[in-house]
Amino acid sequence: MPTAIEIFKHLPKKNCGKCNFPTCLAFAMQLASSKAKLADCPYVTEEAKAKLEASSAPPIRLITIGAGETKVEIGDETELYRHDKKFFHATRYAMTISDQASEKEVAAKLRRASDLRFERVGQVIALDMLAVRNDSRDPTRFAEMVKRVSRESALPLILMSQDPAAVRAAASAANLSRPLIYAATLDNLEGMAAAAKELKYPLAVRHSDLNELADLVEKVKAAGVEDIVLDLGVEDLQQTLERNTIVRKNAVRKTFRGLGYPILTNVIGKERGMAMALMSTMKYGGIVLMEDLDPAHAVPLFVLRQNIYTDPQVPIQVKAGLYPINNPDKDSPILFTVNFSLTYFTVAGDIEKSRMPAWLLVVDTEGLSVLTAFSAGKLTSESVAEALRSTEAMVKSEKGLLIIPGMLSRMSGKLQEATGLKVVVGPKESSGIPKLLKSL
Amino acid sequence: MVEVPVPKEKWSGKVGTVVLGASTADSKERKVLSIGGETGMPFLSYEGLGNRQLIAGEVVDDTSELIEVAVRPFGDAVNDPAAWARKWVEEFGADLVCLRLRSTNPEGKDASPEDAAQTVLKVLAAVDVPLIVYGCGHEEKDARTMEAVSNACAKVRLLLGQAEENAYKTISAAAMSNHHALIAYSNLDINLAKQINILLSDFGVKAENIVMDPLMAGLGMGLEYSYSVNERIRMAALMGDRMLQVPMLCDVTSAWEAREASEENAAWGDVVERGKWWEAATGLAALVSGADLLIVRSPLAAMVLQDAISDLRGGK
Ligand code: B12
Ligand code: SF4
Repeated sequence: MPTAIEIFKHLPKKNCGKCNFPTCLAFAMQLASSKAKLADCPYVTEEAKAKLEASSAPPIRLITIGAGETKVEIGDETELYRHDKKFFHATRYAMTISDQASEKEVAAKLRRASDLRFERVGQVIALDMLAVRNDSRDPTRFAEMVKRVSRESALPLILMSQDPAAVRAAASAANLSRPLIYAATLDNLEGMAAAAKELKYPLAVRHSDLNELADLVEKVKAAGVEDIVLDLGVEDLQQTLERNTIVRKNAVRKTFRGLGYPILTNVIGKERGMAMALMSTMKYGGIVLMEDLDPAHAVPLFVLRQNIYTDPQVPIQVKAGLYPINNPDKDSPILFTVNFSLTYFTVAGDIEKSRMPAWLLVVDTEGLSVLTAFSAGKLTSESVAEALRSTEAMVKSEKGLLIIPGMLSRMSGKLQEATGLKVVVGPKESSGIPKLLKSL
Repeated sequence: MVEVPVPKEKWSGKVGTVVLGASTADSKERKVLSIGGETGMPFLSYEGLGNRQLIAGEVVDDTSELIEVAVRPFGDAVNDPAAWARKWVEEFGADLVCLRLRSTNPEGKDASPEDAAQTVLKVLAAVDVPLIVYGCGHEEKDARTMEAVSNACAKVRLLLGQAEENAYKTISAAAMSNHHALIAYSNLDINLAKQINILLSDFGVKAENIVMDPLMAGLGMGLEYSYSVNERIRMAALMGDRMLQVPMLCDVTSAWEAREASEENAAWGDVVERGKWWEAATGLAALVSGADLLIVRSPLAAMVLQDAISDLRGGK
């Protein structure tokens, strides 16, 4: 949002009060804090309106691709560093299918796409999009492949072609929801922009020179396309880091507004491609487009995204309480852990593996891990005893046994005193839990 | 045509330089390497790159807790620290070697400080690169071990680990008398990172002898905290905070604490490839957030990271 003074410059300065505020300046101040609407001033010029709307637009436009549950949203970021607030719209990953691929290859890719889906610390991390690439240069063939992929997968699509006719053919052959057209370049700009405008699809614009790219974006906008994604034509890690930073910084610091759109990175090669995908995830990438994605690469890549896009103020946590695992009863032991998601899911997973019934008491440590919480004074024998009381754990389990994390051995004496339970110090690593439970 | 500005920051500060390996009297010709010297945020060539970021290959003198997948390419060499170090340098392109004297652990083999110092000398004789040396993580024993190591290697410029808020005096005194550099460890917090540097400097350790380790948490194990702490440290240094203007070391072997790095699981793909990228991703995050020096466990990850560093520095 522009400041009150910036807004005031564009107002008619009649001080007539028709806006229900005594002066233009008072009105400007209300506008700056979003408490009034520009339309309330009957005298503001069209030109001023356009200028003010442009400067109050978010620094990076929010782009939606696809529809419904699987749609992806990218852009609308405001920060250069995650610690300044947070990063809002996580990087999305897309895998490519050639329109020349054989029946078998297509089936294999589609299967892989649906297999690239994992659960970690209670969140689903998965592949987000599919791209169909017009290698055949034949619009009909392209349209057929797009049709097939859109029938068999619900993921949002990227239409990869140099040819506006192919894009139009795909659009009329299949019922597509807002696929991304990839890409408009120096050579096909007019045709692609016209197709994007008519079909109301978002459009990627590609050039490896940022000045040229800004030029192309201006032309695409002039042709009536608003939903734009940028491909900076990067080929290595340095280019990815530098160009992405230049575009992001200019946008959020408002030193240049012409490239205020999310970035797509088309990565090249298997090893370097993976490194570029990781880089793009840390450094402002909106979409990463890959030829293929091996699960051994997908897991670290998806987890990096999960880390970078975690809100710095709020660790991922689970609800405190008493969790039954493997159908426990009155003879089952109680184990306790903390409500940091990573810890909870690791421990719960290991208890499940043991197939031994148990009660897992999750103590509220504001999302801190065992030792972090202990050092910060947020996990004490009192807080554990209180959690036992409030969850009525000792009513549900009469075994009189409390298993504690190995790292908290120094707490065992006090805990025994505070709870009256027999305290068993468990292993340091939760992977040792099955062995312990079986030995009880 | 439109002119897209390059948003170059006008920083007033600069990361200092630390020289490792240098020695006039060392019997072998040892490589001399410098780290630090950046005048901008990581790898922005238009702000100033500084010295090349370096990779130290991890060698441990006690094989009881090794993660097999990570060290598989070394084969039998893991039973001999000198052979292991040589493989790092000759086959896997490590710039330095990082030796952990885990054998000194009182709860394990409890090797004496003198024996440990002998191991250090053997490794030094086997390679011509600079050496980082750590104890076993037992505060009281480490003080004695590192003192013995420092005294035994007065002719070489070692990087000694580690000085902590509650345990820095013995190791600092030894480092100062033998002209060794020192790792200033702190616990994932910019204020603590500054605090230990202040303590060292008050004690008399010069900035040119300090490399800071703000604790790099591994991928999936709190990496995001380290990423942000590192970025904030680098920014503070560039904005002129003298007590944070020392090069940064990140120990990315922390990556192996996550089960995804080494656990067999068909749905997660090949464990060797996955483990390599688990550590490489941690290393890349460390580099991009400000690391000057990485300690790496897997040689496959180390090679990915060497390539990444060259790539990030424009092919150099
Ligand atoms: C990330 C991190 C942080 C993050 C917080 C992350 C979070 N949400 O908790 C931040 C940056 C905020 C942080 C802060 C601090 N931290 Co911290 N932090 C870490 C770090 C790097 C990883 C912790 C982690 O996520 N572990 C992973 C989880 C899964 O581990 P876990 O909860 O312990 O669970 C495992 C086991 O305990 C066991 N287990 C768990 N439950 C149970 C239950 C049973 C029954 C059994 C048998 C086993 C079991 O299984 C799990 C998997 O094996 C560690 C160092 C390290 N590498 O471990 C330091 C560490 C925990 N932090 C430490 C400290 C001192 C702090 C601070 C007090 C200091 C500071 N920097 O200011 C602050 C306090 C925070 C506050 N709010 O005031 C110290 C603790 C020292 C000690 N020995 O007590 C550590 C060990 C670092 C160190 N080496 O000195 N920290
Ligand atoms: S209506 Fe318009 S011109 Fe009149 S006071 Fe309000 S802002 Fe000023």
